[in-house]
Amino acid sequence: MKSLLRMTAAAGALLAAPSFAFADCGIESGSVRILSNDFEALHVVASGAEECASATVEVTKNQTTEHKNIQVAALTTNPATYTVAVVANNSVVPLLNDGLIRPLDDLVEKYGQSLEPTQLIRIDGKVMAIAFMANAQHLHYRKDLLEEAGLEPPTSYEDILAGAAILREKGILATPLAANFKPGFDLAEEFVNMYLGYGGEFFEPGTPNASIVNEKGVAALETMKAMSGFMGPDFMTFDTNAIKPMWEASEVAILNGWGSRASALIDTEGPAPEVAANTVLAAAPTVGGGTTPAATLWWDGFAIAKNISDEDAEASFQAMMHGIRPEVAQEYAPVAVWLIKGYEPTPAAVGVIETLKAGAKPFPMLPYMGVLFTAIGENLAEFMQGQESAEQALEDATQAYNTAAREAGFLN
Amino acid sequence: MPHRTFFKFIAPSLFVMLLFIALPILSVAYQSLFIEHEQILVEVENCGPFGCEKELRIDTEAMDRAMEESPMGRFNWLGTYANTSHLAFAEVGAIWRDSDGPVSALRAMLNLPFYKALIFTIAYTFIVTPLGMVLGFFVALGVNSIPRLLKGPVIFFSLLPMIVTPLVGSLVLFWMIDSSGVIGANLQLLLNDPQLSLKASPTLTWVTLFLYGVWHAAPFSFVVFYAGLQTVPGDTLESAMIDGASRWERVRFVVIPHLMPLATFIALVQLMDNFRVFEPIIGFSAAANATSLSYLIYNDLRGSETPLFGSAAATSMLTIIGVVILLMPVLIRTWRDFNRKV
Repeated sequence: MKSLLRMTAAAGALLAAPSFAFADCGIESGSVRILSNDFEALHVVASGAEECASATVEVTKNQTTEHKNIQVAALTTNPATYTVAVVANNSVVPLLNDGLIRPLDDLVEKYGQSLEPTQLIRIDGKVMAIAFMANAQHLHYRKDLLEEAGLEPPTSYEDILAGAAILREKGILATPLAANFKPGFDLAEEFVNMYLGYGGEFFEPGTPNASIVNEKGVAALETMKAMSGFMGPDFMTFDTNAIKPMWEASEVAILNGWGSRASALIDTEGPAPEVAANTVLAAAPTVGGGTTPAATLWWDGFAIAKNISDEDAEASFQAMMHGIRPEVAQEYAPVAVWLIKGYEPTPAAVGVIETLKAGAKPFPMLPYMGVLFTAIGENLAEFMQGQESAEQALEDATQAYNTAAREAGFLN
Repeated sequence: MPHRTFFKFIAPSLFVMLLFIALPILSVAYQSLFIEHEQILVEVENCGPFGCEKELRIDTEAMDRAMEESPMGRFNWLGTYANTSHLAFAEVGAIWRDSDGPVSALRAMLNLPFYKALIFTIAYTFIVTPLGMVLGFFVALGVNSIPRLLKGPVIFFSLLPMIVTPLVGSLVLFWMIDSSGVIGANLQLLLNDPQLSLKASPTLTWVTLFLYGVWHAAPFSFVVFYAGLQTVPGDTLESAMIDGASRWERVRFVVIPHLMPLATFIALVQLMDNFRVFEPIIGFSAAANATSLSYLIYNDLRGSETPLFGSAAATSMLTIIGVVILLMPVLIRTWRDFNRKV
């Protein structure tokens, strides 16, 4: 009797669920196939889109950190393997370069009433992607340790270096600083932040010619080198995952870390509640007397594949709109810095919002920025370890960029 | 065996080798001769959550037309091989012309990515291969002389480094040598140097990678040598004993000559394997101090959002050429032995 009851209930639920979801998203039919990176905020969005699955609407997802490496191949096939690509400022570029995503203007007009104008990523006037969250590297500092050393909260890298010296002198911490200096993406991003903080330009205006060998580039590198003097000896292997336990073990007092990971560091129910309670988030610091923070702003959003039927594109857009509806930003507010209407910033979002307000620049979406970024990430390590001069490192990076850009067809 | 029968016997594997080995290599070689079309750029206005900006964009329609005309891209002949990221002929020439002596010239050459990777790859190959073989040989000798009861478990533990996935093995060691890890912290205590880091200093990183390589490579030599030890003729050993040969002399004059053909085989396999060293560099996050040819290929394909297929293909071809050069002495020797027997 009991099992019969359970079966009936289950059958009822099965029947009821899809029709409810159907009514909810308003999709008639189609296939929604999502490819995205793998972190919590994107899980929330993709699960939201999955609610739209029904007898006539198929929703599948592939959430993997390898998404960047498969997206071009997956969207080149016709029909494309995925209908939705969840992208960021850097990962949307290869899709744009190869013309693999479609303009969304008519879909925005039809289904995008809840979107804020700032969410629309317009390329040459056409909406090519919808942003739903923002991210940036920003300052984290330990209130208690700075007070113990008699320091004011730092607002510039000069403050940070002076503070680090005092923290070390007073014997409070031997290695007061940490930064993502692992060669590759992390090191390149730190340089990009610092170089923009000094007001540097990556390219000669209107051309793909790199222009990083200059005083600002050298100053950026020298500041990074000075910081490494206050870090643990393994600093060339530091990335976000390596720094988190160091922060929790109270080995580090000042850190410029990713906003998307901030909620874990201020989580008073996490592994180090006392450290978390004393962790303060603030705007990314300025450098060299500049007024804008030495940071780049990032957005995460979605784009719709070009090589799919209009029906699937429409279904995909509607499902994603369901995934980023205003209620999501309210219900999951602590998970990300949402760009969605009605979002109320939580304590974990303070750093990113302050950095945004202080006028930090977005990470450049230029077609050849990725090539330069890779060249930078691979060629700064020798300078950081004192094996070559800053000029030589920047020249090596430029040379690597020129070679790769020539092969990619950007330079002749 | 008549030639016809032999050919029939081997035909299926020949076909499979052609399909899965020769053809892919040919396609990589072909790929390495091409670079992407010249990108046609147009200036457009882009807007996002953080404001608007005038930026260059690729004209995808014009690019599609170019792709349709020649899908492989622009023919570059051997240009990719000669560029700065590979053999860098122009740069190497300039370095030798302008330098004061061979030492400073070599130092300047090591600043070029290909040569930097090559020198580590060669050092790794020639240090890890012999050391791994020697260690494997002594482990085999040791295991061969322990009581039968213990042999099973000892063999299993000796094989562990090979069973453990390379990436996992290197990650485990990576955490142990961290300056707050078991090995790293104890070394700091022992040498009384709180700034000592096995990960920061290039020399120590190389040494760590070599040690890991030997640890990982030894079991293969051990297994093969151990199998070979079972075939050492007992009467030769006994007569050597009667002649008054010590244990070491028996090993030196009976066992080693008997195992020599096996050593050639192991050297062949290990040289090839070690020349393609890759996983430990990723596992140890060692790219700052040590890169290998395989790492360059990986970086071309995975480093940026736009993979450089031509560059990766050129490095692959250079790696294959490197392996062939490495194996030349061993291959020539095998060929001579074969001819002598016939």
